[in-house]
Parts: sequence; C-alpha cells; structure tokens
Amino acid sequence: MTTIRTREPAAEPSKLAPQADLPRLGWRGGLRYLWTQLTSMRTALVLLFTLALAAIPGSLVPQRRISPVRVTDFINEHPTLGPIYDKLGLFNVYTSPWFSAIYLLLFISLMGCIVPRIGVYAKALRARPPRTPRNLARLPAYAAAEIADSDHEVLDRAATGLRHRRYRVDFRDGSVAAERGYLREAGNLVFHISLLFVLTGVAIGALFGYRGTSVVIVGQGFSNNLTQYDDFSAGARFRDADLAPFSVTLKNFDVRFETGPVQRGAARLFSADVEVAEAGAAPRQETLEVNKPLHISGTTVHLIGHGYAPKVTVKDAQGNVAFSGPVVMLPQDGNFSSVGVIKAPDARPERLAFEAFFFPTAMLDDQGPRSVFPDALNPALFVNIWYGPPKVETGKPENVYSLDTTGLSQLRAADGEPVRIALSVGDGVNLPDGKGSIQLDGWVRWVKLQIGDTPGVPISLIALGFAVAGLCFSLFIRPRRVWIRVRDDEAGHRVVEVGGLDRADARAGLTEDVAELAAELSRRPEDVSAR
Amino acid sequence: MTYEYYSSLALVSSVVVYTLAMFAHAAEWAAARRVSAARPAERELVDVAAAEQRSEGTQEQMRPELSDMRPELSDMRPELVDQRAQTDNVPINSEIDPVASRRVEQFGRIGVALTVLGFLLSVFGVVMRALAAQRAPWGNMFEFTITAMVFVVGVYLILVWRAGVRWLGLPVTLLAAVGNGLAVTVFYVAVAPLVPALHSVWFLIHIVAAAISGAAFNVGGLMSIIYLIKKRAEQRGPVRGYLGRLPESRRIDLIAYRFLAFAFPLWTFTVVAGAIWAEYAWGRYWGWDPKETWALVTWVIYACYLHARSTAGWRGTRAAVIAIIGLASFWFNFIGINLLVSGLHSYAGI
Repeated sequence: MTTIRTREPAAEPSKLAPQADLPRLGWRGGLRYLWTQLTSMRTALVLLFTLALAAIPGSLVPQRRISPVRVTDFINEHPTLGPIYDKLGLFNVYTSPWFSAIYLLLFISLMGCIVPRIGVYAKALRARPPRTPRNLARLPAYAAAEIADSDHEVLDRAATGLRHRRYRVDFRDGSVAAERGYLREAGNLVFHISLLFVLTGVAIGALFGYRGTSVVIVGQGFSNNLTQYDDFSAGARFRDADLAPFSVTLKNFDVRFETGPVQRGAARLFSADVEVAEAGAAPRQETLEVNKPLHISGTTVHLIGHGYAPKVTVKDAQGNVAFSGPVVMLPQDGNFSSVGVIKAPDARPERLAFEAFFFPTAMLDDQGPRSVFPDALNPALFVNIWYGPPKVETGKPENVYSLDTTGLSQLRAADGEPVRIALSVGDGVNLPDGKGSIQLDGWVRWVKLQIGDTPGVPISLIALGFAVAGLCFSLFIRPRRVWIRVRDDEAGHRVVEVGGLDRADARAGLTEDVAELAAELSRRPEDVSAR
Repeated sequence: MTYEYYSSLALVSSVVVYTLAMFAHAAEWAAARRVSAARPAERELVDVAAAEQRSEGTQEQMRPELSDMRPELSDMRPELVDQRAQTDNVPINSEIDPVASRRVEQFGRIGVALTVLGFLLSVFGVVMRALAAQRAPWGNMFEFTITAMVFVVGVYLILVWRAGVRWLGLPVTLLAAVGNGLAVTVFYVAVAPLVPALHSVWFLIHIVAAAISGAAFNVGGLMSIIYLIKKRAEQRGPVRGYLGRLPESRRIDLIAYRFLAFAFPLWTFTVVAGAIWAEYAWGRYWGWDPKETWALVTWVIYACYLHARSTAGWRGTRAAVIAIIGLASFWFNFIGINLLVSGLHSYAGI
C-alpha cells in the first residue's frame, strides 16, 4: 500500500473540533465513527505494529504446537511465571484470541480501505485524464518550443507520441491531456485483495486439512487409516472418510552421516525405498527423501524423522518367548542416544518390563553410557528390569514409550542397586533370580512419516503470486500526467507548451521527458526552452 | 594451500582493507569539518517527486517554487561542487577552503579505492569458498554473511559509480568491516557438505533472494540513519562540515525509499519461497519457527514503513525510524535467532 490512503477531508473525523459542542452521534453515527477510525490509515499502521509485536513472544517462549515438551519443561522451571504465561496464551500465541483479534481487525481494516478504493479506481479508469491546467508553466516540469507546423498537426503528433508511450490521451479545449500509470493503483489493490485470498486459503487448509505422523519400522508398512497414526490433528470440517485409501511399505532406509572432521555426525543422506499401493492400481516403487515428498491420491507423505528399533527377544521364567521383535526407541540427542520400553506382559509367572536405552555408537565412561555418533557403529542396549504379577487385561491403550511402574518392582542386586544389563548385538543374558532372559538380536531403523493434506494451499500460493506481482506494480509503476497546449507567447511566436507532473515517489526523468517531448513537437530542438 | 585457505586469507584481508577504507572515510568527514556549507544556495534541491507526493489529494495544486532542471543523478554528487570550485577558480562560497576541500576529495577517493580492493578480495574469498565446498556458498551463517556483504558493497560501489553516493562510504565500510570481521572470527565454520534438508533448488532461490533483499535493507537502513542525522542538522540551522556536502535530507529519504521499495517485494518473495521450500522439506509451509516468525515481523515492519511514507504526519523522520527498526529486526533475525534460539533454521554450525 504505497500509494496514498489518505481520506478525503470530509471522511476524516474532525479531531480538532471541540467534542463537547458536537451533537450526539447516536448509535448509527457512533458505528460510523468507529468504522472510520478502524479503516483509517493510522489504525492500520498501529495494527500492523501490534501484529509485529504480538508475533515476537511466540518466537521466544516455547510453543505447544511446536514443542510441547519444552512447554512442560518451562512450566516446571518457572512455577510462578509458567501458569501466568499459560493464562495469557503465551504458549499458543498464534492461535490465541488476542493474536487472532489483531489480524482479523487488520483484515477488516484492510477491507474497509480496499472496497471503497476499488470504486474510486473503477471511476478513475472510466474518467478522462484531468483537465489541462490554465498555467502549464507552474507545473513541476515545463518546456516550451516554437513550432513550425499547424496547431492541429502538433497536437495530433503529441497525442500519437504519448499513446506510443502508453499514455491515455484526451483532447480537451484545444489541448492534449494525458495520463499513464493506472496500473500502480491496480497493483496496490491486487496486492491487498490477494492477502485476503492468502488468508482464505489458510483458513480452508485449517478447516478441511489434516496432518498426522506415523512411525514405520523398516520392513513394515503404513496404511492410511486413523488407527495407524501416532498423532493426528485435523480441521473442524475434516471427516474420517476424507482419508485417501492407500498404503506405504518401507522396504529400505538408507542414512549416511558425515564422518569427516568437520561437522562430524551431521546428516548427509536420508533415502527411503517404499512401495506404494493405491486402491485400484498396481503397487509401485518410490523413493522418499527429505525435500522430495510423495504425493499419493492428493495426500502428501513426508519423511520427517528417523531412529532405531533394537530387535529383542524376551523369554520368561518358564523359558517361553514372551516378546520378540523390534522396539521403537525415541532419539534423545543428535547422536541418537535413544530411550524406550520393552514390555513383555505375557511373561509368566511374572510379567516383565524393561526400561531400555539404545546407543548406536555406544561409549561407556565416567559420564555414563552414551552414544558418540549417530550411525550404528557399535550398537548397545542397556536395560533396567521390572517385574510384577500379571496385569488384568483392561483393553485400555497404553503409551508404548513410557513405563507405568504401578504394580511393578525393580529388579535389584543383593546390595540394593538396580540391576542393569548391557547387551551388544547377539548377546543374550539370563536375568538374576531366574526371572527369564533377554537377548539383543539386532536392530533396524524406523522412519517417521508425516501424512497430511492441506487443501487451500494452491489458493494461497496463487494469491501470493498475485500479491508479489501486485506489489511490484504498486511500487515500481510511476503514474504521470502530461499536458500539451499550443499558444502564442509574449513575442507573438506560436509555441507548444508541455507540462508534466509525477504522482508518486518517482525516479528521475520527468524534466527530461517533458523537454524531449517539446523538442520532438517543435522539430527545432534548439528552440526549446525548458526548465 | 587449499581453496579454503585462500578463501580465509582473502576474507581476513578484506576485513583489514575495509577497516582502512573506513578510516579513510572517517578522515574524509573529519577533513570536511572546516569546509562549511559547500553546497551553494543555487543547488538547493527541490524534490519534485517528494513534493508531489505531499500534494497528492489536491493534485491540481501547482507549486510555482518547484524549479529544478538539473539531472537528478548529479544532485547526489557532492564532489561536483568541488570540481566547479576548482576549475572555475571562483569561490562560490567564500568560506570554502580549497586545500581542505582537496583533502576531503583525496581521502574520499582513497576510501573508495580501498573499498574496491576490499570488495575484490571478498568476492575472491566467496568464490574460493564455493570452489572449496563445491557448491553454492550459502550453507551456513558464515557463508551467508560473506555473500551478503559482497552484495552490500557491490550495490554501494555501483551507486558510487553511477550516482556519486560516496557519502555512504563511512557506514558501508563500517558495516562491511564488522560483517566480514564477525564472519571470519565468530561465525567461521570449516567447509562441509550440506545437510539433506538443504538439498533443493529452493536453496539457491530462497537464499539468494534473502541475501539481495538483506543487502538492500541494509543500504536503505544506513541511508535512513544518515537521513535522520542530516535532517536534524538541517533543523538546527545551516549545515556545516561533511553533512553540508550530503544531498538534502529529502533526497536521501527518497533514495532510501527506493532501496526499501526494491527490497520489500523481494523479501516478500523470499518469505514465500521459504514457505514453499518448508512445505517440501518439513511438510508444512508455515510452522511459526522462530526464523519464520521474525521474517514475518521484519516484513510487517517494512510494510509499516511503506504505509507510513504515505500517511500524513508519518513521513520523514518517523518513517526513517521505522526503517531502522526494520533493519534491527532483520539483524536480530539473522544473528539473534541463529545463535540464541533453537529452531529448524539452525544452520549456523557454530
């Protein structure tokens, strides 16, 4: 909005007039007053500033939508400040009522400004270029030159020349009036209207879209239905039936890390080979990489994370296999020190559970066990053991990543220290007291897939294209007015007069253009007197 | 002796050379202390465009006092005055001391020459860095800074050549010395390949757009600072010293506006390109990552600037202050967010 948004003086509420003497506004007048205030440029400025200010806390205070764990940590660390922040919505800044209020007001203000201006612009498009001023010499740029041809020819030639320069030309009372740069305001309007469409696209995405993640172990698959998601969020208008029917099988996942001295351990390659099966089509092979999401029946599948799943076999006290298979562990740091829980609820006579720590490149020193490289160069599994009487099946879902220790006791050595077992691949260890055994058979990788559909993105994207284009028009097009008249000067010579006026912060050249025009029309450039 | 070695050598040298250039420009300002009011009254610049913008709304109102025939570029050239004073040998203003005037000119030229040298060194440094890394040199904070500084100084030198804005030399060389200085000391990281999230064509588009618009924001911001200084001096009465050799404050404001008006659509594009890339790389086009948030904050502040420029009572000083706040926000987004706040844009590698 670079061109002027100034109101006509009449529309501006008279702030200078003493308020006490004014007649009462009445509710209609009050509303009108409010509306004028809201759509005024000053309010728009204040709202823009407020928006900028309001967006800042969300970048400094942890946000629930981005990292709920850090929010919890923050509240625990700041017992007084945390709840206050929470009440103020500082952990959900961008969905908080006050933030929404600011941008909604801003958009209302924008509409209140844009709609009348569309009308004004439409009128301006149909209107003729403004009447030629009486005294062209008082314009910012002015040039005069003696002419050799007839008035008629000169003005005709002027009109043709200006039309070539893409002016709109009009003959008025024996003079030529011309204007160009109408697209500036058009660009300005397009930009602001586009912003409305951007917001519309975002709103559609928020209403009808969905997004969820699912952890898939290499060799296993994901099929797109609600039960398969680890977390899932959807807009108010989303229906389960909107989920496109397809499945993805993870055949292989290739990861490479920097092994050189610089940025050792930084990721260098993620590449997943997947087989995609859609309803009514033969399965196809695809490669899923960061920056190369899959598009399946209007749904987008992204690769957003990965980790390790040690393969474990647990036998109970009776020697029966109580659990066998990969267990997904969640990475805790850049070197993929991972934690997870191995549960063997079917172990008899007592059920078993293990708090497990997996280190892809394990190192054990006085800092305790940890991983020193993200790739699996020396994988090791450390477990603490819990046992207890079998639990009644309740059918209640349990968190697979955390251990509920109610009804369980930790297995301790004679000195009271918890028993901790370290396993390398292939190692099997019998638990003390004949409780059973645990073996690390190997490990596989898992990937975290994000599956989602955000309708409305194309609307936003196209609108943004228009916005940028409109912005360029509104900033770089220079509206200019030029008038040309033929008259007798003081000495009695027939002269052509050219006057010009720029209507925006402009680049150079008005004076030169006007002088050039005069010279062209006189066809005797040496006679041009310009300033 | 590797590319990386030459790159570092060239960049460290460029810091030294830029610092020397800064001293030369400081000497230029200092030497002009006694040369007062170098701009004679007839060079009083009346800015047609700015004046017209003010009169918009009452468009038919003409301004008889607006009379300016000189080509615009020359209006930005303070040294024209000296040339005239020297060639004609007629003091336009009796206060002008030709010796001091020549000294100002000499220091200025030394400053520009050193800046050119520093620029060549830093271009060499960036190119060597690209050869060392065998990719576009925009993968981390160090590389982004040295590239952005090449753009800043490059734009400035083009302006010096085409439009005589040598008066911007002091702040630009200061910025370049500090920028490249921070880059080689604090931000420096050794050459390394890119993380997978950066393997995208948007890497080129998004970052080049950010660097160019950043350069334009910086030049525009520096001009706004100079504008405020000059305007304050003008309000205090006759402008003395080097400030007197600068164009009129209104003119400076207009040049600053052109830079920011150029940068704003490009910054919009940068943010949009970033959103598109984020959709590919992270699976969402906008996630209120700190970097994204501050890019939006910066965008909104510059939107404020553009609106302020067309609002009565906000033009001039207030708009310039907004432009400077915008620059501060840009810098915070670059340095503060990279180093203090954790987010997805953590490519500083420090």
